[in-house]
Amino acid sequence: MSEEIEIRQLLDAIYLRYHYDFRSYSAASIKRRLLAAKAQMKAETLPALQERVLRDPQLFTRLLQFLTVGVSDMFRDPSFFRVLREQIVPELRTYPSIRVWIAGCSTGEELYSFAIVLREEGLLDRTTLYATDINPEALHKAEQGLYPLDRLQAFTENHQLSGSQCSLSEYYTAAYGSAAFDRSLRKNVVFSDHSLATDSVFAEVQLVSCRNVLIYFDRSLQDRALGLMKDSLCRRGFLGLGSKESLLFSEHSGAFRDFVASERWFQRC
Amino acid sequence: MLSHDLREHLSQSEALVVGGSAGAVEALNQLLPEVAEATRIPVIVVVHLPPNRTSLLPEIFVARCRAPVREPEDKQPLSAGIWFAPSNYHLLLETDRSFAFSTDLPVNFSRPSIDVLFECAADVFGERLSCVVLTGANDDGAHGASVVRQKGGLVIVQDPNSAEAKQMPSAAISRANPQIIAPLPEIAELVRLATRAAQ
Repeated sequence: MSEEIEIRQLLDAIYLRYHYDFRSYSAASIKRRLLAAKAQMKAETLPALQERVLRDPQLFTRLLQFLTVGVSDMFRDPSFFRVLREQIVPELRTYPSIRVWIAGCSTGEELYSFAIVLREEGLLDRTTLYATDINPEALHKAEQGLYPLDRLQAFTENHQLSGSQCSLSEYYTAAYGSAAFDRSLRKNVVFSDHSLATDSVFAEVQLVSCRNVLIYFDRSLQDRALGLMKDSLCRRGFLGLGSKESLLFSEHSGAFRDFVASERWFQRC
Repeated sequence: MLSHDLREHLSQSEALVVGGSAGAVEALNQLLPEVAEATRIPVIVVVHLPPNRTSLLPEIFVARCRAPVREPEDKQPLSAGIWFAPSNYHLLLETDRSFAFSTDLPVNFSRPSIDVLFECAADVFGERLSCVVLTGANDDGAHGASVVRQKGGLVIVQDPNSAEAKQMPSAAISRANPQIIAPLPEIAELVRLATRAAQ
């Protein structure tokens, strides 16, 4: 019980000092992440961690890496991208210019997966992708598009399963143990600091992908985030969520209909 | 013979969490059909699975079990029945007794990790929790079981001599000081006891 109080105090303090709002994050995972941070940053207790982080912004930057970075693969859940390619791209094609929002893009795996599908389908040149996250270091990595080579085998298999006719190796060059993704993939990408917890709508888009981000939020924050996505999407726009995320428990469920429910693709009414 | 105290502990548990790896599907085949049709409590199961393949376990077990078998959704409230952790996520529980997920790094090379589920479940249920560690070829579950034990829960471990892979139950025995070490037919009896409606 006292641990829960310490966590709340720490999250309140972070909000007051740094304006990052983790107060409505899923308690179970924030606890695990904070305890991992406490151990790695060699703090005896959570209050000790709090005191150090409040004094030293650089330590907060370190803590932020524990609090925000989820781990994703390119083309995670290949069948999700197959639906994008086969059923959603034909609808996107009808727009003269396309805007896509990758919400909570972290280190960019999802972003490059979308960019590659759009390139392969001939739509990337007329698409603007907004890639947003609250973690500046993650955004910087996304902008660099460098991934360790040992992850590429899994990415390549997923890419094939997503229905591509090409080889993933066409999109990167390998050097010094890393795969550097082709900069032309991010020519039309706007990288931006944006918080689903505290910021508002910034553009009208035809597609939002926000996968395995909502799982880290409690239900009230999920509703806030889904509200932003709802208000950003044009009529008949598409929303893609992670494979365990749904609109079942959301107040916004009425604003969407199932598009391919099994792959968590929804369409704005 | 099960002591009166352990029997009480079992029948007062508000959840049963189960973890296993190599050989676990066969072991679950002996245990899960024993879950009462109108089970009193949720039975939540983590089996190590290869990532990026949909888990077939709910499909396999729905035909073999009398109790309902499902995979939870994010934030779904816990209810009685058998629940399987999906592949490629950690399965967590919130204190309001709902399911939660994370894509944080694997723990003990595993996602889902048994430790993650057991630690969360111990936070939520404290002494009103029973856990079972089954056959498996790594140490996942040992730390989680020790947390369950520390918080007053009941720890049951498959007898390593009867396990297809001994490492997981052996690690749990050395780290968690379990109240019960037993072969599968006896654990099946405990599952029946834990899940049947109050007399």
